[in-house]
Amino acid sequence: MTLPIALRVLWSHWTYRPLQFFTLLVGLSLATGLWTGVQAINTEARSSYDQARAALLPQARQVLQRRDGQPIAVATYVALQQSGWRTSPVLEGKISIASTTINVTGVDLVSMPRSMNRWTSGENSFDLAGFLTDPYSVIVSADIAEQAATLPGVAKVIVGKNVPSATIMTDIGLAERLLNKSGQISRLIVAPQQPVLQTELQVAAPQLERINNQSAADIDRLTDSFHLNLSAFGMLAFAVGLFIVQGTINLAFEQRRTMCRTLRVLGVSLRSLALALLVELLLIAVIAGAAGVVLGYFIAALLLPDVAATLRGLYGAQVTGDLSFRAGWWVTGLAIAIAGTLLASFWSLQKLLRMPILAAAQPRAWALMTRRSTFYRMLASGGLLVIAVALLLWGSGLVVAFSIVAICLLAAALILPDAIAFLLGAFERFAIMPVSQWFWADTRQQLPGLSLALMALLLALAANIGVSTMVGSFRLTFAGWLDQRLAAELYVRAANEAQSIKLRDWLEGRADAVLPVWNVESSIEGEAGRIYGFSDHATYRNFWPMLEMLPDGWDDVASGRAVLINEQLARRHGVSPGDVIRLAENQDLPVAGIYSDYGNPRPQAMINVDLLTGWFPNVVKTRFAIRVDAARSQVLADEIRQKFGLKGRNLVDQASIKQRSLEIFERTFTVTQALNILTLTVAGFAIFTSLLTQSTMRLPQLAPIWALGLTRRQLAGLEFLRALLLAALTMIFALPLGLGLAWLLLSVVNVEAFGWRLPMFLFVSDWILLACYGLVATALAAAIPARRFSNTDPAELVKVFAHER
Amino acid sequence: MLLSVKNLKKSFITEEGTLQVLRGVDLELAAGERLALTGESGCGKSTLLYLIGALESFDAGEIWMDGVPLGPLNDRQRADLRRTSVGIVFQQFNLIPSMTVAHNLRFHARLAGREDADWINQLSQRLGLTKFLKAYPEQLSGGQQQRVAIGRTLAARPKLILADEPTGNLDEKTSDQVITLMLQLVEETGAGLLVVTHSSRLAERMDRSLLLTSGLVS
Repeated sequence: MTLPIALRVLWSHWTYRPLQFFTLLVGLSLATGLWTGVQAINTEARSSYDQARAALLPQARQVLQRRDGQPIAVATYVALQQSGWRTSPVLEGKISIASTTINVTGVDLVSMPRSMNRWTSGENSFDLAGFLTDPYSVIVSADIAEQAATLPGVAKVIVGKNVPSATIMTDIGLAERLLNKSGQISRLIVAPQQPVLQTELQVAAPQLERINNQSAADIDRLTDSFHLNLSAFGMLAFAVGLFIVQGTINLAFEQRRTMCRTLRVLGVSLRSLALALLVELLLIAVIAGAAGVVLGYFIAALLLPDVAATLRGLYGAQVTGDLSFRAGWWVTGLAIAIAGTLLASFWSLQKLLRMPILAAAQPRAWALMTRRSTFYRMLASGGLLVIAVALLLWGSGLVVAFSIVAICLLAAALILPDAIAFLLGAFERFAIMPVSQWFWADTRQQLPGLSLALMALLLALAANIGVSTMVGSFRLTFAGWLDQRLAAELYVRAANEAQSIKLRDWLEGRADAVLPVWNVESSIEGEAGRIYGFSDHATYRNFWPMLEMLPDGWDDVASGRAVLINEQLARRHGVSPGDVIRLAENQDLPVAGIYSDYGNPRPQAMINVDLLTGWFPNVVKTRFAIRVDAARSQVLADEIRQKFGLKGRNLVDQASIKQRSLEIFERTFTVTQALNILTLTVAGFAIFTSLLTQSTMRLPQLAPIWALGLTRRQLAGLEFLRALLLAALTMIFALPLGLGLAWLLLSVVNVEAFGWRLPMFLFVSDWILLACYGLVATALAAAIPARRFSNTDPAELVKVFAHER
Repeated sequence: MLLSVKNLKKSFITEEGTLQVLRGVDLELAAGERLALTGESGCGKSTLLYLIGALESFDAGEIWMDGVPLGPLNDRQRADLRRTSVGIVFQQFNLIPSMTVAHNLRFHARLAGREDADWINQLSQRLGLTKFLKAYPEQLSGGQQQRVAIGRTLAARPKLILADEPTGNLDEKTSDQVITLMLQLVEETGAGLLVVTHSSRLAERMDRSLLLTSGLVS
């Protein structure tokens, strides 16, 4: 019986202090919203990958393709079948309908292994005959159903549940017609079960090689990194939001100590009291959690298009960009809100329940300022740093890398109040004027009440500095790398080899150099990768972005005695210059040097072009880089266009490629930066709510000073200054922490996620700008309580002496 | 005359309507004089004290402090007056919790620009506070805290000392000790003393005593 009464009494606190209740709800809603938003983005993107996986090709872990990357002839396919190989042909390509690019995947359903045919499994009344006969039934993704219906040869369009976006799955016969690739096969899927007796591949089809289809795994790895990055930010924002929640709950519990004591004295059992507090917390969590889920949906809807564009542009992963509200979000959103509330209130709840029935309420500030709690915080912080160092030395993997980042942030946040208190103590010792002495001492006393908000601000600022340093460093490195990598003025892809030969002849005398950019898909150290052939030229020797190089490395590579490899291959396989690696199944070459290769997840190697054509005689020889005086490049490009009819992607100038690359780069970090700003906003709100709730408790501390002869305006000014000072001190601590974070992101997280390490650059102007933003945000947050105090009626202040509120 | 109050009126707006607390109070206090103001709870004693201390503004009448009328003063001038001319001892002490006893003792004197180290040393010795100079208010008993509050006020050598139930939170024995000390020290500084109290024992120790009833002094 006592439970409802206790609950009503406890709840009266919130109706008496609606602002505090509002603060708590907003804090928890923001935390839940950011978390749910990020999770919604991840769920939606992963759902898109699942669709893609449910389609055909990424399922195929082994495929056969020509060593020279050319299409496979039907005769080769037939020969393989006759030699006992169970394979299924696939023809892939893209077509454009009304400015929409559509992926066409042609398959042979009859020979395709059933386990890979998931995209038709959702269709109850799937008409196999219709799929195989002209005019064809095609299975398409919902987004292109209308366009697909207009294609010639298409009789019926079925919207498939498991078809990746912008994709038509059709019989290979129709695909040949749509893609204008009659008699061609892009690759052959190797069925998981093969006959015991079959002819060796080298004998049955020597021009083919078997490739472990790593691209799916690569996409998984890269997108996993991307989503882990998002999750880390979601978690950070959630943690920052929880600081608000903990601050508010802590305050409410302190304010209700007397109330709880009275309830117990009046006969409410400890159990009922605990239960009432839990019920109250759960109610708050459910209300705020529900609001947070709705907020999360809007955040996700706002960010998803950018995420989709990033994933499409950078990793080639298809994400629709549409968001559907899922029932599961309610469950996870409410669960995280409840878990967060219980976590944030655990200590306060425990303290309150352990309180002896007749214990007097101790002034909160003093209790929190005890040396013992400082000692424990230092101990916890030190312990966390030891764990971080241990993980740094002996751990590996992306989760460990992010864990190190999280541990360092938490350790720094824990020692922040004591570090600031130490500085304030020092200032106090050097203060001469009585008001300044009081100011420093009082600021130190206010710290416990503001420490959680300051910790939140520290995390948000450090994350901001860290991420912007990482992005800025990456941008500078990437731009420099593009300058090196794209040293040639023009890049040409001829329509065919005949045109290529004509073009090269024509360019004789018109260009300074014509450099082949020929490459083949092949295995490198057992992984699917790409081998490039290049001719020895100053362009490479002077500009290629080498990270490490043996003394005569260029000569060795030029003479075909060595190979250059990209950084990610070197890191993944622990290869250093001088080590020997295996290329193209059976060719061994020593590594002469390692070059940076940002944006590419796959292994890559560079060898002398003659060696490449020797290993792969049928390599496609249509792509070139042209060196020409920069002033003449545009004229030459125009001449090539006129003479050879090359346009669009077949003739690209250096500036266009760089611009496109930088655009993709910028888009990649749009979401990260948006989350960065959101986190900073939450931290700003944490400061605001802390100052606002503290301001209601400040009168007893400020009234005596006012009575001793300071005006309300002077005191309000000092309150305002105090908030700015604490924010500024937090920023000073955030700077080294943010730089440490940037180093971790560049040197640990990036290596684990992408396989490359980036140099770190410092951007002082960014810090100044951030400091200005931080101070302006704090000034805005502090202005309202300060103004409120300035306008406080003296009668209110006098009440402090009359009633000792 | 150090303090002159003429026909002072003060009302408050409450949910029940306007509450007339002071209906035309007149009183005078000379320098070095000690005056007790008594009356029932809620009769307006403290309100009168706060009006005299320039903490609140009044509706009508006049208050003159050392020849200065309080009525026309703005917020800053009132603060100046509190800082330099008035010292207030509160029932709840109202020390600054973040500062040590030593700093609390010096604080008002330094604000007033009248810090006298010898005088403060003397005060701390006579108030029995030398052992606690490095302690924080929270670590002291009620009596000790009230002695610090009295020391803080006396250290600034104000012309007028206002004390609002200065022994209200103390037991009888401690109360007697604290009052004896306060009266001795006030006498030495030559300040005027106006004490608001319920205690007839305390009122009897003043030069004269006034009773506030129904918003009027009798």
